[in-house]
Amino acid sequence: MSLIEISGVDFLYENDDSDRPALQNIDLQIEAGDFAVIIGSNGSGKSTLAKLLNVLLTPSKGEIFVAGLNTNNPDNTWKIRQRVGMVFQNPDNQLVASMVEDDVAFGPENLGIPTSEIRNRVDKALEMVGMSGFQKFAPHKLSGGQKQRVAIAGVIAMEPDCIVLDEPTAMLDPQGRKEVMETVQYLNKEKGITVVHITHFMEEAVDADQVIVMNQGQILHKGSPKSIFRLVEQLKDVNLDIPVAVEVAEYLRQENINIPDILSIDELVDALC
Amino acid sequence: MLKDITIGQYIARDSIIHALDARIKIMITTILIIALFTIDTFTGFGFFAAFVLVVVLLSKISVKKVLKGLKPILILVLFTLFIHIFLTNGGEVLWSWRFISIESEGVYTGFFMVSRIFILILFTSLLTLTTSPLQLTDGIEYILSPLKRFGVPASELSMMMTIALRFIPTLLEEADKIMKAQQARGADFESGNLIQRAKSLIPLLVPLFISAFRRADDLALAMESRCYRGGEGRTRLHELEFRYYDFIALIIIIILAAAVSFY
Amino acid sequence: MLIELNEVSHVYQDENNVKALKNINLEISKGEFIGIVGHTGSGKSTLVQLFNGLIIPSSGTVKVNGKNITNEKSNLKETRRHVGLVFQYPEHQLFEETVFQDIAFGPKNLGLKKNEIRERVEEVMGLVGLDYEEFKDRSPFNLSGGQQRKVAIAGVLALKPDVLVLDEPSAGLDPQGRKQLAELLKYLYQELEMTIILISHRMEEIAELASRVIVMHQGEIVIDDHPIEVFSREQKLHKLSLDLPQITEILHRLEEKGLKVNTNLFSISEASAEIIKALRSK
Repeated sequence: MSLIEISGVDFLYENDDSDRPALQNIDLQIEAGDFAVIIGSNGSGKSTLAKLLNVLLTPSKGEIFVAGLNTNNPDNTWKIRQRVGMVFQNPDNQLVASMVEDDVAFGPENLGIPTSEIRNRVDKALEMVGMSGFQKFAPHKLSGGQKQRVAIAGVIAMEPDCIVLDEPTAMLDPQGRKEVMETVQYLNKEKGITVVHITHFMEEAVDADQVIVMNQGQILHKGSPKSIFRLVEQLKDVNLDIPVAVEVAEYLRQENINIPDILSIDELVDALC
Repeated sequence: MLKDITIGQYIARDSIIHALDARIKIMITTILIIALFTIDTFTGFGFFAAFVLVVVLLSKISVKKVLKGLKPILILVLFTLFIHIFLTNGGEVLWSWRFISIESEGVYTGFFMVSRIFILILFTSLLTLTTSPLQLTDGIEYILSPLKRFGVPASELSMMMTIALRFIPTLLEEADKIMKAQQARGADFESGNLIQRAKSLIPLLVPLFISAFRRADDLALAMESRCYRGGEGRTRLHELEFRYYDFIALIIIIILAAAVSFY
Repeated sequence: MLIELNEVSHVYQDENNVKALKNINLEISKGEFIGIVGHTGSGKSTLVQLFNGLIIPSSGTVKVNGKNITNEKSNLKETRRHVGLVFQYPEHQLFEETVFQDIAFGPKNLGLKKNEIRERVEEVMGLVGLDYEEFKDRSPFNLSGGQQRKVAIAGVLALKPDVLVLDEPSAGLDPQGRKQLAELLKYLYQELEMTIILISHRMEEIAELASRVIVMHQGEIVIDDHPIEVFSREQKLHKLSLDLPQITEILHRLEEKGLKVNTNLFSISEASAEIIKALRSK
């Protein structure tokens, strides 16, 4: 059984007067240990989908099972939220405390973890995101990338099975984006935490186990990064940023130069020389 | 410009004052403030001033920093002083011109009130300077928790205070940015009479409020995602613990306060 | 000389006393399109706030149109009429009840008459691509993020500045939004002859639009040159932890591996054609 199973899900916002539901016909499975990336532009429904995964929202139609727990059942809500942690787009608006360690402790405190163990969890979580030593820092003195990593630590301290990140790099500078992506990769590859990463930057999908392309509330394509990146024209049509290397490869293919599916500058250069 | 506000700031130090339990410090401050209002001589104030000096030295925070906390209220204090000097009558007349007179009662009361205000501010400054925001809110929550049975949401109030304190620097930064953005469009926050200046604040306050509401929305989602559902059942990373020196400090203060009140 | 900075240094008056700018000497002439790049904290935002007097430097002088704006008596409002500044995420400054009123805020502060204001608002809404009749009475808070940004930028354009400074104007925009912004900037630069100063982390944007690139690092200007020159200095930029435009990175790497390509091309189609040519002539 998959860690996350989404079947036949529709979602309509209450006071939504637009002509279509926010989500339609969503079928998706995410396996434990996966690094799944959902890409889509604004209005594609990706953030709505994220919120359905930790019961901030429940489906208007269809069902979602997280580790076998049905999200439609209110008794499961808090259990699911401990198992599926969520990191949001705005680094500032997730941090509740005046000191880093107090913020990372917030989750465990809510779970009623004994005081002695909270200290352990906080220090371990900060180490995993590369922020050891920042325990006594105030949030407003941190950079965007550092704040996001503290937010991730706050989720890790709850020992979830899966982390959902809703456009965590959208408001960061290139340095911050690098820090967050390295952290996320590390948590997935070295610690085996399932990751659902939502973004509009295609470069961030290069190492995914599964890429899901969304547009206007529906899943357009699902597959491996190579199979998705190949669809250059279709991705441009739904307003997505194509990595430059992929565009160049497409130009070359149109002039009958044989290039295999490439995902990055490295692969392009290797293929040509 | 807005970053000059230092009231309520916590300065971390390794001192006995910092190590005292937050709840004890809150109780001590309350007792001292009550005692302050029972004083009716300048010697009493002198005594308390000396006491404040001793505490400041023990806290390892520089005297200069502590006195900086008095700057913002200086105007209020001078205003109070002048009100009393010129308007309070009694005792011998020291100076007069037409219908304005300065009389000894007025001068005495003026300086009396000012001393009281200064020491009051110093007491509260010492509390916030030596107690971290989280310790303060935890302390207040503990003191208020007996009221829970009367419907007072002590834990939730404490959480609200924690969040408010966390966001003060962030909101100040944002206010600065918004001010500059509006100034770049020719907005003027400095000139004009009182009414004009109040009106000129709209382009600053509206965006700030809207942003604050948006933050609150985002924060609520993040808190729920991290399993926050109110105060019940929450444990703490930092538990407040009474130690022997807390009780010693409390006893010392009670004795001091009683002594000062009765003399 | 439109803007002139002479031995400008600036220290922030907070508890850290960070030296944000060190001995900056800079001349900006009319008709330039300047891109400013650099690490976060390199001083870019501080630098541009000197141009319209939002920040008065701790030492040194800033002259705008020959007038020294760093002394007490200068009329900063007048300077801000000539040097417009669009901050990052400018939609955070929106506050009025209608789009019209928000865009009119600037002209109103300049003391323009009612009919002049109306003309300006209509004009700048056309520039940013917001239909006047459709949007003028709507609440700015009911618009999409992209539309809000257009309103905010229009609000600054309404001052009709000679110099337009933009701090990361494309942050958070999708590809379509970025394309519209680039077209707007090109129009302002070429048709309306505005001098433009653009801060951006996106090297592609800088390479596409700028005629001069200033690279900042820890409060100093380390490179000040034509984009082709700047982006050919691969080693130096990498040492400053800055990226090249991706297309330039590709061309450099191919050249390193022996492919004979001109590395000074910034458009993807041109570069691809160049690569094809080189591959075929191998």
